[in-house]
Amino acid sequence: MDIIKNAFKKNMRQYAMIIALVVITVFFQIATKGILLVPMNVSNLILQNGYVFILSIGMILTILTGGNIDLSVGSLCALIGAIVGTLIITMKVNIVLAIVIGLLLAVLIGMWQGFWIAYIRIPSFIVTLAGMLLFRGLTVTMLKGATLAPFPEKFQAISSGFIPDIFHGLGTSLNFTAIFVGIIISALYAIVKIKQRAKLQKKDLVTSSLTLFATQIIAILFVINLFSYWLAAYKGIPIALGIIGVLILVYSIFTTMTVPGRHLYAMGGNEKAAKLSGINTNKVLFLSYVNMAVLSAVAGMMFASRINSASPQAGLNFELDAIGACFIGGASAYGGVGTVTGTIVGALVMGVLNNGMSILGVGSDWQMSIKGLVLLSAVAFDVLSKRKSRS
Amino acid sequence: MDEFILEMRNITKLFPGVKALDNVNLKVRAGAIHALIGENGAGKSTLMNVLSGIYPYGTYNGEIIFQGKECNFNNIKDSEKTGIGIIHQELALIPYLSIGENIFLGNERSKYKFINWDQTHFNAKELLKKVGLKEDSNTKIKDIGVGKQQLVEIAKALSQNVKLLILDEPTAALNEEDSNNLLKLLLELKEDGITSILISHKLNEILRVSDCITIIRDGSTIETLNKGDKDLNEDRIIKGMVGRELTNRFPNHDSKIGEVVFEVKNWNVYDPLIEDRKVINDVSINVKKGEIVGISGLMGSGRTELAMSIFGRSYGKCISGKIIKDGKEIVLKNVRQAIDNGIAYVTEDRKSAGLVLTQDIKSNISLANLDKISTRHFVDDQREIQIAQEYREKLNIKSSSVFQNTGNLSGGNQQKVVISKWIFTDPELLILDEPTRGIDVGAKYEIYNIINKLVDDGKSIIFISSELPEILGVCDRVYVMNEGKIVGELSGKESSQESIMKCIMKNEEVT
Repeated sequence: MDIIKNAFKKNMRQYAMIIALVVITVFFQIATKGILLVPMNVSNLILQNGYVFILSIGMILTILTGGNIDLSVGSLCALIGAIVGTLIITMKVNIVLAIVIGLLLAVLIGMWQGFWIAYIRIPSFIVTLAGMLLFRGLTVTMLKGATLAPFPEKFQAISSGFIPDIFHGLGTSLNFTAIFVGIIISALYAIVKIKQRAKLQKKDLVTSSLTLFATQIIAILFVINLFSYWLAAYKGIPIALGIIGVLILVYSIFTTMTVPGRHLYAMGGNEKAAKLSGINTNKVLFLSYVNMAVLSAVAGMMFASRINSASPQAGLNFELDAIGACFIGGASAYGGVGTVTGTIVGALVMGVLNNGMSILGVGSDWQMSIKGLVLLSAVAFDVLSKRKSRS
Repeated sequence: MDEFILEMRNITKLFPGVKALDNVNLKVRAGAIHALIGENGAGKSTLMNVLSGIYPYGTYNGEIIFQGKECNFNNIKDSEKTGIGIIHQELALIPYLSIGENIFLGNERSKYKFINWDQTHFNAKELLKKVGLKEDSNTKIKDIGVGKQQLVEIAKALSQNVKLLILDEPTAALNEEDSNNLLKLLLELKEDGITSILISHKLNEILRVSDCITIIRDGSTIETLNKGDKDLNEDRIIKGMVGRELTNRFPNHDSKIGEVVFEVKNWNVYDPLIEDRKVINDVSINVKKGEIVGISGLMGSGRTELAMSIFGRSYGKCISGKIIKDGKEIVLKNVRQAIDNGIAYVTEDRKSAGLVLTQDIKSNISLANLDKISTRHFVDDQREIQIAQEYREKLNIKSSSVFQNTGNLSGGNQQKVVISKWIFTDPELLILDEPTRGIDVGAKYEIYNIINKLVDDGKSIIFISSELPEILGVCDRVYVMNEGKIVGELSGKESSQESIMKCIMKNEEVT
């Protein structure tokens, strides 16, 4: 018991957010009389909040570089939605080509913002505030203030489609592809973790006890498989979830295992030291904003597909959800501290709040107030617990 | 004139692990200019901080008697009220406020919390006249030079009816004309009955204006000399400043010195902010294989600027000159190129520029050479841990594991992490900038051993330090720097604390 207690204390912050997520989920599960976690709603929750996941992954990278946020992502979502909408609906351009054009334009827009932030060193807050106004203005101009609809079915599939079941349910109503994917992912996860531990063990570097390690793995395997079973009970894996899953995996690996990922953390932790260690910090900052713009484009297209229209009002306040998710997930406002996994937990907290309150019929006015308070209490908890552990 | 305005009795001040002041006694006569002199780190500034209440009553031992009364200052406000004004080396003015606003900052001319602008500028004008500054009191501080800013600081002190004025190296950043004006002003203030304590490295200035000179060394007062004493001259003062026995604080070492491997020729660097200020002036140095070359000089003499400008132009503008390595000229445009050419630089300030304190030991050690432990941009965790382990053992980094955050390490161990990082880049020339600052004697000894081992392996070292005994104890050859120039080159045999000090001080006089 003591071992678990100690480990708990050490990783207080990480576990605290997971516990908060569980508490919030249980609360809404009871309050909504069980609607929150029915298979259909779990699918819905993911689709409804897809943009938060994608934007917060991009946002955590810019925040890591030194607390730089991007206020323009909501407007950029709308702008890319409008561009792709105009291409597909008005100009009848091929869908794939339209998506590629949207992504390429996002690269250019990211370079524009990154240039001012990284090379001219105008504070990111100001550059992206300007971008927020600029992109929103361009969106309204482009759409002439009206909503473009509808998208062809193929484009709608990005957010409403499911990965088809290659096993055809094996005679049951379950989607076996989903279950199978769950099993594969959990097996891979377990193998990687056990291998890692074995290597550490060889060098006598193991820091956690075996019981704790086993509990952790079993808990995670349980969650993954429960989740995939739940998806299977509805229509299977949403295509959007597939995209999100791949992004989470890629960016987790990028931040934890690669050289550029290390540069990101080093720059945010101490830019001077990073520079004197031969890291081109301007380039790191620049690329993090290019990346943010590309992910904004992905989120923007996914959102346009979901509401089946390109609207001048799309993406309003998206930046706030994304920034909130990062800080709830344990990122430091000064940079250098934070993880993709933590951010995803933060995004889930935001997602469950959004979805749960919607089911309960809470008005959007109250939704905002409550999200604001949750953000403040999460960060306050972080600051206070750190102060306590220091004294 | 024999009455003492200030007596500091048996002042002792401890910092964690260091005795900064040890039973210091200081008596200052009313209406005198009293000079305080000593090496960097001798304790002059600490003593003045005790006097002005920056270190509040109770954090030190001893008594302060000012104008016959014992004083227990809890903060600067207390000492200001009593009539003690301190002007720090780094000026404490706000650049975007006007001269008048700065003079009365914290002491505003006001009625019911509303500022009385007429009175502010009227009074400011009077004070400016007194200090001989011909500037409008509406001028912003950022628009006037350092010399004039210094005068504003003095005006500010005068506005609070100062009786004792403390000046910490007031002329360090001034040119000759401004320095002379300032010294003249001190003499004028003396006529008005204001006592001054003057901290300075410039012996000629001190001899010119001061009535008494107190020498501080290693946190103790050594002696007080009076104007008119028979043998009062520069050599006498220098002897007092450095006259200490060298004990066995340095490991014995015989360097096996080879050919010249690294040369800097006619190196010039300008200040990145102030356009026509030359920070490094025609410097030429060389380093041989297996040699430890020291660069000595006072703070602000341009040592760090020289090192950083060589290290991939990480400091300065309009850099000119040649860098020659193994007989071939190399151009280092950025830090990456410097590292790739086998140069490493351990920064002066490990916390603000050396370490990423939010990260663990292993990530800090690998930071400057991640390519070596990665394949196709993927970091090999196992290898990283293994390497960090090696350095942790080799350099004796005291820590729970290589996963410990560097923010929680002691100064000496942090420094060992920084040094590990640079040894891991496998440099041929390692520049160490104040590598032992703020770390305890034991850790210092370990770092000297590491340095000796590196040169035994055929590396070359440039060792920058403010501490003369250390320079003498460690280096095979010493360059002496002052005001951006090399003012002396001494071989190990002919260098002594006196000879180095003389190089510096003689040069001060010429300029």
